[in-house]
Amino acid sequence: MTRLSGQNLLLRGYVVLVFVFVFTPIVTSFVFSVNSDRFPTIPLGHFTTHWYETIFADPDIWEAFRVSALVSVSVATLATFIGFCTAYTDYRYNFTGKALYLSLALLPPTIPLVIMGLAMLALLARINMSGQIHSIVVSHVVLCAPFAMAVVRMRLAQINPDLEPAAWNLGASPWRAMREVIIPFCRPAIASAFCLTAAVSFDEFAVAWFVSGLNKTVPVMILEILQGNTDPQINAIGSIVFAISMSLVVIAQLIFFRKASAPTTTGI
Amino acid sequence: MPNTSEARPLVSFEGVTKHYGTVAAVHAMDLDIYAGEFLALMGPSGCGKTTSLRMLAGLEEPTEGEIRLDGKRINEIDSADRDTPMVWQSLALFPFLSVRQNVEFGLKMRKIPSRDRQQRAMEWLERLEIADLAERDISQLSGGQRQRVALARSLVTEPRILLLDEPLSALDANLVVKMQGVLSRLQKELGITFVYVTHSQSEAFAMSDRVVIMSQGRIEQIGSPKTIYRNPTSRFVADFVGSNNIFCGTVSKEGATLQVNTSVGCFSCSPDNDENSFPMGSTLNMVISSDLVQISLTTPEAANQVRCRFISEEFVGSIVTVFAELENGADFKVQVRQRDLADLGLKAGAVFYASWKATDVHLISESA
Repeated sequence: MTRLSGQNLLLRGYVVLVFVFVFTPIVTSFVFSVNSDRFPTIPLGHFTTHWYETIFADPDIWEAFRVSALVSVSVATLATFIGFCTAYTDYRYNFTGKALYLSLALLPPTIPLVIMGLAMLALLARINMSGQIHSIVVSHVVLCAPFAMAVVRMRLAQINPDLEPAAWNLGASPWRAMREVIIPFCRPAIASAFCLTAAVSFDEFAVAWFVSGLNKTVPVMILEILQGNTDPQINAIGSIVFAISMSLVVIAQLIFFRKASAPTTTGI
Repeated sequence: MPNTSEARPLVSFEGVTKHYGTVAAVHAMDLDIYAGEFLALMGPSGCGKTTSLRMLAGLEEPTEGEIRLDGKRINEIDSADRDTPMVWQSLALFPFLSVRQNVEFGLKMRKIPSRDRQQRAMEWLERLEIADLAERDISQLSGGQRQRVALARSLVTEPRILLLDEPLSALDANLVVKMQGVLSRLQKELGITFVYVTHSQSEAFAMSDRVVIMSQGRIEQIGSPKTIYRNPTSRFVADFVGSNNIFCGTVSKEGATLQVNTSVGCFSCSPDNDENSFPMGSTLNMVISSDLVQISLTTPEAANQVRCRFISEEFVGSIVTVFAELENGADFKVQVRQRDLADLGLKAGAVFYASWKATDVHLISESA
């Protein structure tokens, strides 16, 4: 018993260490964002919201947040739609070259971001589409759709394969069955995929840097500030970005797993 | 039971074949199904019974042949437009809808106004005695309750035919018997056609007017449960029915009473219900139903008898199946009343005699 709990303690300690390792930089960044000193030094100065006030007073930063928000919502919508369609195709149909289709569909996140950004820039510049908000949207959709697909696919793997034919059998056309059965069944996955792809797009720097031109997203903005001067504004922006994308990811998790863990009241 | 020779069939399969790649799941099937009958499609797994049902439901398309509903070819008609609702083995209830919404689904697809369909759904839930569960989630129901929801969902559109694909296979034994009663009663009350796929002999025999035995994509025999049980027309059916002793033999004496030579002895057979004639020297299968066999400890008077060694018994209630071994090692089954067996006091390894009347033997020609 004692040995078991000793082992238990060790494991718990290990988990805590891992979390400390992961979150220390973020916490540090947050701490310095509310610290009055110009440079990140210890001992700390006093508590201040000055750096937040500074960034909120800067129209360029507001513009960057506006671009980021617009891009991530557009990307999330498109990527979730494409991801859902890809996942459904995989679920519903068998065809020659399906393995190739699937690996191509899941490929984009494995391409190094710099290469992807460069390739996107080369292509978009050639067709006169670079440097605009929709260039970022297009590039991010390519990057994010596979995540949406993976989430929806996980949900479709749980569906009873008889559900859709049962709807046909009860008089539903294929489109109606999609609307009445497949989409309601996938709803938590669709919402979850939306939040996840929004978060990925909101965070993404490398590709956005290549294709954004003058329409800077928040991560691109951060780098530019960083190149000019370092002051705790960066920490403040970083904390806000972290809060937004973490919230999105956590919401995605909650939506996806809520159904599974919902207590089933017995009524027998 | 409907008059099968005069009535026009509600459904007919004409030379229906279904191939999956090179495998024929159903082979040149001809079958008529009549309005108002309870028809069971029975056979071992992979015999094509479910494929046949799915073709009728429009979920599979025949490779060859024609399926007619009410005389009209339906091969190309979508499942949605056939009105051939099915009760699925997995039940396939929609988990994100309440009980009532599940039942309303078919009406909703037919664009019935909300008030109307709610009322009709409730009527069916009442009929199946689950009206109090109407607003529950499917996950909150027991197996038997789900079964009733699935039935209500399929019947709410008042179809002329209901397809059932092993609907009771996931239930406890006592619940199976109860649901059999529910199904039989419903079918008689509604007067609609039930096509019931099962691998369970007891389910098929308990409920159906006619049973279709299938094997390897072909129909082996069609008949009433009693016909199938007493007069199997092929060795496969005699074997599948499960309570028969079958011996292969040759005819050694012709006439009203045949003499049949088998590996376990020579027996006289005078089956009174067989049209087949068996000439001298022809080979045949001699079927002795295990419930038509008498057992005794001493040599019986009867002409047809075998000496057996008691191996084990399977107790299923008032009837016991005795598993025995003949002198050449062949298996032999006998069904007797539990009381009669107890009176004999047989122990494992004990020797007893089994005997049967010449008229109780059923003969099947070897080619069948």
